[in-house]
Amino acid sequence: MKIGKHITIAIILSIAIIIAGAYYYANMSINPKSTPTIPGAITTATTGLSGSLTVAGSTTVLPLNQEWARLMMEANPDLRISVSGGGSGHGVKSVGAGEVDIGASSRDVKSSEMESYPDIEPVAIAMDSIALVVHPSNPITDMSTEDIAKIYAGEITNFKEVGGPDMKIDVYTREEGSGTRSSFEEQVLEKAEITIFGGALVKPSNGEMRAAVAGNDRGFAYLSLGYLDGAIKPLTVDGVEPSIDNVKSGSYSISRKLYLITKGAPSDLEQAFIDFALSNDGQAVVTDGGFISVK
Amino acid sequence: MKRKIREAIIEKSLFLAASTSIIIVMLITIFMFAEGIRALNFEFLFGMEWRPSGEKFGIFPIIVSTFIIGLGALGIAIGIGIPCAIFLSEYARDPIRSIIKSSVEMLVGIPSIVLGFFGLIVLVPLIRYNIGGLGESILAGWIILSIMTLPHIISISEDALRAVPNSFREGSIALGATTWQTTKDLIIPNAKSGILASIILGMGTAIGETMAVLMVIGNPNIPWIPQSIIEPVRVLTSTIVIEISYAVWGSMHQYSLFAIGIVLFAIVALLNIISRLIIKEEIRKRW
Repeated sequence: MKIGKHITIAIILSIAIIIAGAYYYANMSINPKSTPTIPGAITTATTGLSGSLTVAGSTTVLPLNQEWARLMMEANPDLRISVSGGGSGHGVKSVGAGEVDIGASSRDVKSSEMESYPDIEPVAIAMDSIALVVHPSNPITDMSTEDIAKIYAGEITNFKEVGGPDMKIDVYTREEGSGTRSSFEEQVLEKAEITIFGGALVKPSNGEMRAAVAGNDRGFAYLSLGYLDGAIKPLTVDGVEPSIDNVKSGSYSISRKLYLITKGAPSDLEQAFIDFALSNDGQAVVTDGGFISVK
Repeated sequence: MKRKIREAIIEKSLFLAASTSIIIVMLITIFMFAEGIRALNFEFLFGMEWRPSGEKFGIFPIIVSTFIIGLGALGIAIGIGIPCAIFLSEYARDPIRSIIKSSVEMLVGIPSIVLGFFGLIVLVPLIRYNIGGLGESILAGWIILSIMTLPHIISISEDALRAVPNSFREGSIALGATTWQTTKDLIIPNAKSGILASIILGMGTAIGETMAVLMVIGNPNIPWIPQSIIEPVRVLTSTIVIEISYAVWGSMHQYSLFAIGIVLFAIVALLNIISRLIIKEEIRKRW
């Protein structure tokens, strides 16, 4: 019996889809949402704007950019804003080279970057912090900055050396162009004069860092405060919880500013975006997203 | 006379279309060399440390890892693919044949990033908890990459085997040989150049594949020459992808990334030349 090729393909695909569906229903779990949205928000965004805007850069600022863009486009149907990630290094480079309208960065602009792109203008639009995270099943709850530094130096390799279970530590890091990584290196590692060791695996975004630890019970990573959710567990550092209040008061020692950067003085559209970010509604997006208002 | 002109026009237009591929290859090569040549030196090719923030641009461990991953995956794909092609061409009958052929064709259609994602979610934890290491490893790279390369090897090898005239098979069976004897001593040797062509194509895929491997091989902060297959590595393609978005324009970092592109180009070109020489040898020996 010769089965037609098309029927065969259809049968195989249908069987696969049915199996996948059965698996899904058997294992339905709620995925914690991490992108902040304000349903039906009354926005004070300017109306009547039209044109297009491109925003790129830091994955830390990404959810904020996405929400600001969404609200602005809702209020301005003729406005098109396209938002992407790529990391702080990418954000600075792209805006400096004139490839995007607004670059986002989760670290201060480096002096080498100021030399290459002397006319870029950063504006601080939020504050953020960095949390050290482990898998929720990991019993460890606290760690000292010295131990964190030693883990990232590759000197401590097993959780039992820091009071945890006897299992190897799988260390993850961001790529070199990451603002989150720069902030982490400056504020946690530099004191101990440590550079991140070679065996840490590179995950090129906050989201991938979170996914790596969420999927690995031996995982250890740093990520932006705004990316914390139920899939991973933040550690207290030197006994201090990485909460917004603690960052504001300064008792949680790691903190940094988030920036939107334009090439030269901002154009009207760019200024409108930045103004919205700094407005009350824009800053509400910031705090709802787990970040800290800049005002 | 009119006919001659029309024929000439058609021929020239077809030539123009064909020559666009030459133009494109030339443009890409010129661009790549222009950007990357200044980073190409002994220290670059044989240096052991790739750490752009410290101005260290040695890619030797990355080159070694690329070969390990590429050739390993190719080996697996050949080991499974060619027997599969033989089965499809010489032994299989409908409905098995239709089912397998359809599956292979669907395999080609799977986007590489989907395969990479599958590898990350399913394969990596499997390796981490049942075999060892971080999960993201050479082994994961081999498995995912061989899945990508398999359909190319199977389809082209199968075509090569089927291209051998049926009269060969009929004559051999008539003389009393079994199907396997016919296949082993008559069909395969005659399809050798086609099978080798499929291997060349597979090699290009294996060395040049980016998205699927990127997600499962680990990409350590500072890559080293691996000692075991459960260690994470970087390959030439994944290094470019991770770093190109933030490499500062006009910096040594950017030139080095383009130089990596040159190295990739050179490797694939070299493998192509070697394979073509082998095929020429085979043809020469037969005739």
